[in-house]
Amino acid sequence: MRVHRRGRLIAAAAGVGVAALALAGCTGDMEEGGEDVDCSEYEEYGTFEDATVTIGGTILDLEADRLVESWSDFATCTGITIDYQGSSEFEAQIAVLAEGGNAPDIGIVPQPGLLARLAQGGWLIPASEGVEANVDEFWSEDWKAYGTYDGTFYAAPLMASIKGYIWYSPTEFEENGWEIPATLDDLTALSQDIADAGDHKPWCVGLESGEATGWPGTDWIEDYVLRLHGPDVYDQWVTHEIPFNDPQIVEAFDAVGEYLKNDDMVNGGIGDVSTQISEAFQTAGLPILDGECSLHHQASFYETFWNPEGGDEVTVASNGDIFGFLLPPADAGDPLSVTGGGEFPVAFRDAEEVEAVRTFLSSDTWANNRVSLGGVISANTGVDPENASSELLVQSIEILQDPETTFRFDGSDLMPGAVGAASFWTGIVEWVGGASTQSVVDEIEASWPAS
Amino acid sequence: MTTGDLIGKILQVVIGLVVFAAIVGLLIFLMGRRVGKKRSWWQLLWFLLPAVLLLAVGLVWPAIRTTGLAFQDNAGNFSWDNFVWMFTQPSAIRTLVNTVVWVLLVPTFSTALGLAYAVWIDKSRGEKYYKALVFMPMAISFVGAGIIWRFVYEYRSAGRDQIGLLNAFVVAFGGEPVQWMQTDPINTVLLIVVMIWIQTGFAMVVLSAAIKGIPTEQIEAAMLDGTNPWQRFSNVTVPGIRGALVVVLTTISIATLKVFDIVRTMTGGNFNTSVVANEMYVQAFRASEVGRGSALAVILFLLVIPIVIYNVNILRKQREIR
Repeated sequence: MRVHRRGRLIAAAAGVGVAALALAGCTGDMEEGGEDVDCSEYEEYGTFEDATVTIGGTILDLEADRLVESWSDFATCTGITIDYQGSSEFEAQIAVLAEGGNAPDIGIVPQPGLLARLAQGGWLIPASEGVEANVDEFWSEDWKAYGTYDGTFYAAPLMASIKGYIWYSPTEFEENGWEIPATLDDLTALSQDIADAGDHKPWCVGLESGEATGWPGTDWIEDYVLRLHGPDVYDQWVTHEIPFNDPQIVEAFDAVGEYLKNDDMVNGGIGDVSTQISEAFQTAGLPILDGECSLHHQASFYETFWNPEGGDEVTVASNGDIFGFLLPPADAGDPLSVTGGGEFPVAFRDAEEVEAVRTFLSSDTWANNRVSLGGVISANTGVDPENASSELLVQSIEILQDPETTFRFDGSDLMPGAVGAASFWTGIVEWVGGASTQSVVDEIEASWPAS
Repeated sequence: MTTGDLIGKILQVVIGLVVFAAIVGLLIFLMGRRVGKKRSWWQLLWFLLPAVLLLAVGLVWPAIRTTGLAFQDNAGNFSWDNFVWMFTQPSAIRTLVNTVVWVLLVPTFSTALGLAYAVWIDKSRGEKYYKALVFMPMAISFVGAGIIWRFVYEYRSAGRDQIGLLNAFVVAFGGEPVQWMQTDPINTVLLIVVMIWIQTGFAMVVLSAAIKGIPTEQIEAAMLDGTNPWQRFSNVTVPGIRGALVVVLTTISIATLKVFDIVRTMTGGNFNTSVVANEMYVQAFRASEVGRGSALAVILFLLVIPIVIYNVNILRKQREIR
């Protein structure tokens, strides 16, 4: 009996050991690096003892590692320990966490709509003077407005992305003598030419994205609303000053429908119109590489998707395998207008160290740090475009910094969640699936929350 | 997180458990000393208190609060809007209809299939193995099952290699591949198949045990009376396992009302496949419409209650008979 008991004990101990080893495997111990850090740049933020700032956000994997790296010198010099925790469920959970008093000190919120909701709940700490001074110096008024709710400024923008790129193969364009379209009509003509040639369909589109299926379609609509009717109508649309089923919005839907609902135009290399819904947005553009389609509409972040296995087999450059041009304006003379996205680090705890971190995140120092690490851009005018990791990102930063550019935030991120993260997505799915424009916009309008 | 942090966290958990055990032990020890001093009423209260407290904090209060939220708009004022929305918006109505379809189909089919299978393999050679075969899906999580079946239903356009089993069959027999998950209403039925696949094993195991509990004398007497197998099944076996049948049917019904994982992993509620539990999550957490989510939770609660009452009633009646 005694022996038996000991056997069990050993088994239990072994079990605990295995579990501990397995868990230790997940922790990824990092080396304490950066002994020789030049702290002169960080003196203005002061030094702290035993100060810890927790940050939560949707940024994961490689992007999260780069984010942590971007502030490691700052942390070493100021003595603030920064804990970053990324979660794909962050947006769904943050309001619940905030209400329960368990929110991280800083939440990196990717949607102004969510920022507004958190501010409405009374959980956010307004930005300190340091943050506001940085924003006034480095960002445009538009960007500042997206971090403001009800007259109070809550957070500076962090990173940015540009939507409305159309990806194409420079070699294919050159071989066929195609020009990069200067107007929306040129784009239609080009698409028609490709379709008439008959060997492949011009566009490839993928709307599948798990429970967020449909969102790439909302980008199309937003781009067309902005280009066809200008920034004022766009603003009225996202703030519900005009209804979602306004004739101007219907016009934008129908213009997009010329492509997305047209069997001659989509879905190159994949199938007919209905396959857009089941094709994952991550892989949808790849048929361009096989010459099965020629055009793909997706944001600047799609750059990394061209090499799904990693590496650099596919070169993204204006003289390489793949490059992007912006969806052109309606008329050749129109100013450049783009839609895009970004994040806002909002604070849930009122403390000096938290504001020190936020001030740093809004500075040009941080923006240059992060952009140099690659893969992202920032609308911070203090960023040197040459720091960006690729030709496309350099071009994107220049577009964002150009004072002539009309920038508008992704509309579905500005709308209330019930529309922007629910009925607009499902509406796109139904619309591409065959429902009429009018019935879809009517249904989305009906789902707009009353208050 | 470093290994140091991890060890710290594990220590925290261990200390927490030890403190909990110590408090419970102390309570039991103190209660034990009271035995025989005619303080049984106090004892009862003391033993119930922790459970009642935890129930109140973890179950009763949230239920009351959810009900309250269901009658509020986003600004916190009283309103019926959430319920109006639920019964007027086509997509919300579709969610309710889908849930009803699920609750009608899943318990019926899993119980019928489980019962048929249990009777069929009863007393056969290798019964254990046949049982294990059907019971195995029970061991797979709903999310796991959802992912497996999504591959079964996967679609590739005609001409490309079909990686989905179902479409591979269709194409092998000369048909056109179908977008199973996007075709309404077949997609809801295909999701229901997954749930039936999981729940049949449960029904089969419980019913098989109940069948074995029927006294052999009854069956033999029926055989002596010259009954055929069907008559024996419908007049002896089924009445003999009625209690087990009700338990199986109601348990599966409640599990089906709550179904969330399968829908969320397979379609995310798109293409008119959403059910109440999925829509509840989407509205409350993704769409930030806490009121609508709470209203759906209240409806789900109201739908479960009659089944629970029926279940309890049947069980009580049976106890009276015994």
